Amino acid sequence: MIDKLIIGGHEFNSRFILGSGKFSLEMTKKVLENSGAEMATIAVRRADSNSSDNIINYIPEGITLLPNTSGARTAEEALKIAMLARELGCGDFVKVEVIRDTKYLLPDNYETIKATELLAKQGFIVMPYMYPDLGAARALVDAGASAIMPLGAPIGSNKGLVTKDFISMIIEEIELPVIVDAGIGRPSQACEAMEMGCAAVMANTAIATAGDPATMASAFKAAIEAGRMAYLSGLGRVLNDRAEASSPLTGFLED
Amino acid sequence: MLLNGKEMHIDCEKSLSELLTDCGYQINTIAVLKNGEVVSKNEIYTLKVTDNDTIEVVSFVGGG
Repeated sequence: MIDKLIIGGHEFNSRFILGSGKFSLEMTKKVLENSGAEMATIAVRRADSNSSDNIINYIPEGITLLPNTSGARTAEEALKIAMLARELGCGDFVKVEVIRDTKYLLPDNYETIKATELLAKQGFIVMPYMYPDLGAARALVDAGASAIMPLGAPIGSNKGLVTKDFISMIIEEIELPVIVDAGIGRPSQACEAMEMGCAAVMANTAIATAGDPATMASAFKAAIEAGRMAYLSGLGRVLNDRAEASSPLTGFLED
Repeated sequence: MLLNGKEMHIDCEKSLSELLTDCGYQINTIAVLKNGEVVSKNEIYTLKVTDNDTIEVVSFVGGG
């Protein structure tokens, strides 16, 4: 069965987007290889004139770079960071991240919508990270987003799908790919997100803080594939008020 | 002038690429903001910098 993830007209076989933060450069390469991810986020920061090493050299060929606008507090700052990323030669994908809140690192949906509109007009394929609010998701669609990236829980918390019900509403109502970004802490949570109908899962800290990050990347890969297969298969129904035997109710030995 | 937040002085006007190469940056791995404006790849070789400019030099790093 052909089952591609399509974002902004680009096709991906993998539904795992890996964040490249918090790893050594060597480990970045290992986790990317094990994850099977075809898209990886990167950030833009002040360059170090004393270092000749560059993360780009550790990202395997064929992986689409998804620069984020982390550090931006306004739509205009996000636009500037994205334009710098484009000058660095990474293509047109951008993950919009506009955050003012320094404690919980929650995205500012209002500025994110503005940034999405500015960036889409500049020809970017815009993937906004957002607080899961259906009204904001609709506005992001109108602003020109190519995917919607609601958070599962605060960035780096590994708390899982805290916002599950609200992500479900977005999946139900929005035609664009919905990608859970932030908070996913375990493969089982990534699997659950995929079972719900998310188009993909993004994870970083869950892998970077694991005892063995390279093996955890493999575990996430398997979980995301399993969740997708389950979603496509159609989950079995739930009985809330009774049981139903799985074995035949006739032909008992003592009958 | 200010280069990535550090004060420095240049004796004479020079191109952005000259300045950044002198400071140890690899031109093919960086992007530049000059006085808050994004500089295109080609402009790095043609734009001149003076002692009054504020330059930010960025590159990709790991990030989620």
